[in-house]
This record gives sequence, C-alpha cells and structure tokens, in this order.
Amino acid sequence: MTPSQRRWVFLVAGGGFLAFYLWGLVGLPGFGHYPGPYGDIINAIAVSQTHATAVVSAVNFEYRAFDTLGEEFILFTAATGVATVLRHLREERDTSAMDEAMNRDVPATSDAIRMVTLAFIGPTIVVGWYLTSHAQTSPSGGFQGGIVLATAFVLVYLAGQFIVFKRLSPVALTDAIEAIGAGSFAAVGIAALALGAAYLSNILPLGSTPGAVNSAGTIPLISFFVGIEVSAAFILIIGELLEQTLIVREGNR
Amino acid sequence: MMTALQVTILVLVAAGATAVVLIRDPVRQVVSLSIYGLLLAVLFMAFQAPDVTLSELTVGAVALPLLLLLTLAKVRKQEE
Amino acid sequence: MSIFPFIVVAWVLAVGLYGIITSRHLVHQIVCLIVVQSSTYILLLGVGYRTGAVAPYFYDIPPNTPAVDPVVQALALTDVVVEAAVTALLLAFAVQAHKRFGTLDPEELRQLQG
Repeated sequence: MTPSQRRWVFLVAGGGFLAFYLWGLVGLPGFGHYPGPYGDIINAIAVSQTHATAVVSAVNFEYRAFDTLGEEFILFTAATGVATVLRHLREERDTSAMDEAMNRDVPATSDAIRMVTLAFIGPTIVVGWYLTSHAQTSPSGGFQGGIVLATAFVLVYLAGQFIVFKRLSPVALTDAIEAIGAGSFAAVGIAALALGAAYLSNILPLGSTPGAVNSAGTIPLISFFVGIEVSAAFILIIGELLEQTLIVREGNR
Repeated sequence: MMTALQVTILVLVAAGATAVVLIRDPVRQVVSLSIYGLLLAVLFMAFQAPDVTLSELTVGAVALPLLLLLTLAKVRKQEE
Repeated sequence: MSIFPFIVVAWVLAVGLYGIITSRHLVHQIVCLIVVQSSTYILLLGVGYRTGAVAPYFYDIPPNTPAVDPVVQALALTDVVVEAAVTALLLAFAVQAHKRFGTLDPEELRQLQG
C-alpha cells in the first residue's frame, strides 16, 4: 500500500469511527455524571474492610490484586524481553570509557553536575522509599515508588561513570532481584491458599486505625514487592539500553 | 459541569498531542513528549486522580524520555 | 459541553494513529503509539469523574464523602507504568532493526524485507 492510499484508508476508517463514537456518546451519561455502582460500593466499604485509606491502592493490591499480578508479569516479561533482544551479537564488543576518550573528546562530567546529582541521590531514595511504603495511606504505591528508586541509580550514572552504575547494578543481580519481587507477590497469594483462604486474600492482621502505616494487612507488603520488581525492571532496561550506546561493531572503526 | 481549569487543560492536552505527533525530528519530539506528559499529569490532577498523576509524572517526565533518548543516542552513534 | 473530554479522547487517539501511519522513523512511530495509549487514560479517568467529588482518599475526610471512581484510576495507574516497559521492549526491537538493516524508516525496512 502506498502512503497516500494508506492515508485514504485512515480517513475513511477514522470518519466511520468518529460517527459511531459520537452516536454512542449521545446515549451515554455525560462527563461528571458517574453512573456507578462499582466505584461507589468500593468507596463505601474499602476503608472499613481493608483499613487502607487510599482506596485506589486497596483496589490495586487487594480487590484486583490478581489483575495487578498479571500486570506485574507483563512488566517482568518486557524487561526480560529487552535483555534478550539486546544481547550482544557475535561481531560486537564493549568499548570502555578509555577507548571512547581516545576516539574523541568526551567532556568530563563537571564538578557542579557531579555535586548536584550526588546531593539528589539521597532525597530520591527517601522519596522512592516513602512512596513504596505508603500505598495504604496516601496517593502512592509500588509502581510510582519503584520508578523513583530506579531514577536514583540513573543519578549515579549521571554523577559518575557507567562503570559505577554497572557495579551497583550488575545484570545477574538486578535480574534476580526482579524475579524475587515478582515471585514474592505470587508467594503472598500462595500463603493465603496455604491458610485456606482464596488466592491473594488479605491474611495479615489489618491493624487498629485505618490510615496507620502498619495497617491494611497484605496491601503494604504487596506494594513493597511491586516496588522492588518495578525498580529492578527499570534499572535492568535502562542498563541494557545504556550498554547499547557503549558497544560498537567490530570493524566499524 | 466542568471547571475552567479542566477545559483549559483539556484543550492544552489536545494541542500537546497534536504537537508531539507533528514534530518529526525525534530528539525534539522526545522533549515535546516530556512536556505532554506534564500536561497529562496536570489533567489527571484536575480529574481528582493524584495516584495516576504521580505515575504519569515519573513515567512521562523521567522514564520514557530517558529510554527514548538512549535509543536515539545508540542509533546516532551507529550512523556516525 | 459535557461530552467535550470524550471528544478530546477521540482527537488524541486519531492524531496518534495518523502519526503512526504517516511516520517515517520507528522511534517517532513508537512515540505516536505512546500518544495513542494516553488517550485511554483520559477516557478511563473521564468516565470515572463525578462533578464536585473528591479524590478517593479518606485519610482526613469522612468515609461517606462523595468521591470519584477508584476502579478506573487503579486501571490507569498500573497501565501507565506497564506501558513504559512495553515501550522499552519496542525500542529494543527498533535498536536491533537498525543494527541489522541500518535504517529506521518503516518504508525502507519493508523494501529490505522484500
């Protein structure tokens, strides 16, 4: 199909889609008129049932925990896929930072950048940890916290060298940590089965006050494992892509 | 009923998406995508979804641009 | 006026698809896919929104306050993060395609394939 033909197909299909979409919208409740009932039911019962004040986290890590487990494994598979697709080909070799420096002038990281990034690493880890561990009380959770934690490792790369980044997060170790995060999530569900409850049901004590950090049973636990999995997955992905920028084909230079 | 903030930010998001698609130079596009991510984050805040806002902030402003820029760096280096 | 957010959803979806079919660069195409995906978040959150309601966090407000739907928010939240990982996988494919064929133009890639 030529580009102009494709554009015509798109215009016709898009026009048809728009017509049906508008027709459908006319019969639907407008913006701001939520028809319910699921959201209302969960909002009404979640706090007393799970002792989590963040209902979104309660949905993610308790009511729809099985669905989240599936999402976790999409993430896991994607990270594994990146590592597999980007494996070294036979004709490729690593260039060290020294080779790079000899081939062309790579400007050294300035002291100002180094200082600022080093100063940011601590707070980034604290924020990531806070987000990962407060899923049950406030708008946060393992998904956001995990990415923030992964950012801390990227800051290490910005402040210093790829070598340090690699030493802090070797592929085998990151891979293992990622697997432990995903596996522990599944194991929490199996623990519930062992106790005679349904898969991933909340088997831990809920704590006394809703909104306390140590309340809500398995929700903070699952959020923690999700955080580990997400951060390891992103460190792995970023590390693989970083490494790609450093390898060259034998004979290209 | 919609607030003025919601209408404004919806218009900005529509314009932002158009800009991201129409910018053909990949490096400039990544920067525009990052800004589009920030606009989406504000929109989600206006839709009373702080959790999704945080998610979009971390992904849209940090993770995605980083991954895309690394890919472009790799491709550019190979073309040298 | 109450369907305006959903019109924006359709616009973002359409403009992203247009970018995908007209793209001449794989990375550009992947970014357009990100735009297409972002339309689903706007749709999900738009469906769950209720005028005048608060966010579903009952830390310091009474439990029976009208709140927006937490279910669609949970869906969108995980989706945002998973989307980034899937994008990374697509980018890895793009890197590998460039290594093998030396181009990122979908048209040229098609011709190479024969």
